[in-house]
Amino acid sequence: MDLKTICELPGISGREEPVRKAIYTECVVKLGEENVMIDRAGNVIAHKAGKKADAPRVMIAAHMDEVGLMVVSAAEDGLLRVCAIGGVDPRVLVSKRVKVGYGENQIDGVIGAMAIHQQTAEDRKHVLPISQLYVDIGAKDKAEAEAKAPMGTPIVFDTPYTEFGENKVLVKALDDRVACYNMLRLLDCDANCDTWFAFTSQEEVGCRGSEAAAFRINPDIGIALEGTSANDTGNLPECQQVCAQGKGVAISFMDKATIAQPEMFREMIALAQEKGIPHQVKMAVAGGNDSGPMQRAHTGAKTCVLSVPCRYIHSPSTICDLYDVEAQYQLVKAFLEK
Amino acid sequence: MFELIQQITNVYGAAGRETAVADLIESLLKDKVDSIRRDAMGNLICEKKGTDPNGKRIMLSSHMDHIGFIVAAVEKEGYLRVAPVGGINLAVSRTRHVCFANGVQGVIVQQPVKAGETPEMKHIFIDIGAADEAEALSMIQLGDIAVYAPDCFRLGQYRVAAPAMDDRVACALQVAVMQELGETKNTVIAVFSTQEEVGCRGARTAAYSVDPDIGIALDVTGHGDTPETKLPSVKLGDGAAVKIMDRGSISNPQLVNDLLAAGERAGVKTQREVLPYGGTDASAMQLSRGGVIAGTISIPCRYVHSACEVIDLRDVEAAKGLLLEYLK
Repeated sequence: MDLKTICELPGISGREEPVRKAIYTECVVKLGEENVMIDRAGNVIAHKAGKKADAPRVMIAAHMDEVGLMVVSAAEDGLLRVCAIGGVDPRVLVSKRVKVGYGENQIDGVIGAMAIHQQTAEDRKHVLPISQLYVDIGAKDKAEAEAKAPMGTPIVFDTPYTEFGENKVLVKALDDRVACYNMLRLLDCDANCDTWFAFTSQEEVGCRGSEAAAFRINPDIGIALEGTSANDTGNLPECQQVCAQGKGVAISFMDKATIAQPEMFREMIALAQEKGIPHQVKMAVAGGNDSGPMQRAHTGAKTCVLSVPCRYIHSPSTICDLYDVEAQYQLVKAFLEK
Repeated sequence: MFELIQQITNVYGAAGRETAVADLIESLLKDKVDSIRRDAMGNLICEKKGTDPNGKRIMLSSHMDHIGFIVAAVEKEGYLRVAPVGGINLAVSRTRHVCFANGVQGVIVQQPVKAGETPEMKHIFIDIGAADEAEALSMIQLGDIAVYAPDCFRLGQYRVAAPAMDDRVACALQVAVMQELGETKNTVIAVFSTQEEVGCRGARTAAYSVDPDIGIALDVTGHGDTPETKLPSVKLGDGAAVKIMDRGSISNPQLVNDLLAAGERAGVKTQREVLPYGGTDASAMQLSRGGVIAGTISIPCRYVHSACEVIDLRDVEAAKGLLLEYLK
């Protein structure tokens, strides 16, 4: 599956079914139905036996879900009240186009708020919380809105895939579809390790899918593939930029979920150096991810996190550099084939 | 006991970097237990088999890790920007002497902040005496962790101050208990755990592999006996504190009674502890697999998470007497 297709699929946390279906289908084509399963938590788990009998059991995780909104109710005037699914910044929402629902029932919408003409000077100083925003689907009244978008309907940002600049891509949901894209490519690699690919659910609401997946797989080594925040814009001092686009895959020593075992962190850096794969050290202790559940399932695993730096993550428009995407793929491939 | 505490608090061991502490403890216990192993999280698991094949499995857990500062970036001028590993208190960290695993020394410095601005971690840097970025990176790497430099000293007749007293005093206690423990009916597994300060992460996997019937965490607790402090109502010198509850766990009431009774039989002083904050490895043990009977024995400690954590040796001896009696 290409990056465009996988990013444009809708799939908020807990409602990953369109993404899951597409990923499952591709895994089955590549590895055979007997090696692919969907567990009760909604993870897609694909197994590729390693060439070496005594090789470690390696779990690679990328999450399928994206942040978004969910319909809570419809008002008398036909406007939808919504809540956030995952960490959504209310400052980036107003007037963005969205897709409401999935599949053939999917309809267009826009996130609305009071126009600038109606705002008082005081209003303009504050950010409207999500509870005061609404999604307008052009419904004339409550009954029409409820029929088209009942409570619990998932909403995703509507940002078509665009290539621009030199090697750059703009689209929604790069966190973490960019890693799902790479993981699908890795299904073809010539792995020595006993490799378990986990396309996980509900990462954005607390790594819930990976907890079940890691428990089932019980890995010796866990590698979380992420799209992480590149903060390389504005006037921030370099040391607060987290990581930068175009400088390769970001390797983490610690985040909110894990302290990478130092031998894993150093091995990844040494491997990237040996193979000439562009890489950088992520310069911030921020964010949690599927490495946490992997590190602490059963009797524990050694883990690390490898990320593609993405600008404006958790917003409708995220940007990555294809050069970094390739670097993430190459580093994981080198590790599995080692 | 002082010498053992001094020996164990002097070793470098930040959260996630506990290997040197584990090496030392392994050398102290290798002839005293039946098996020693380590797991992926770096836990040191020392097992002493009981004589009764139907005996219980009792897990003790004290954590080896120490809070610290992880290097996240290096400035052009050679200063290190850091992030906290565990609950760092900035107010007690300014101009503190710190050290890295490889022996590099440093000083924690806070840059000036604007009037009214609250100092945060982003205002902190470590000066390691490097002239520029290149020199700094020849001394340390991104991801290395600095801790308060070792400085263990006696304070008055009974008390001892050191950084990393949380929780190396309990590591020392656990080592002493395992060294002196004779034949027991039950199997005793002494776990020296990792990464407690970032959320009891080591104890979680250790508890899974040990699969105990009973889990007892050994940790330090706060104090309520210095000016303007009241909670917990625990006093230095008043004996081993048996925890009733903290934010991480509610101790099993039967275990609490059994521990207090063991203290009475051993003729040592005990006190009850209710801590309105904090948590110990008991929280991880208690929720392992199908659930474990769990509790905590605490050593009262002043100025926890500073470079001068103060304990009273009489409380450590009391806890040792209690544990030896309980495990017997």
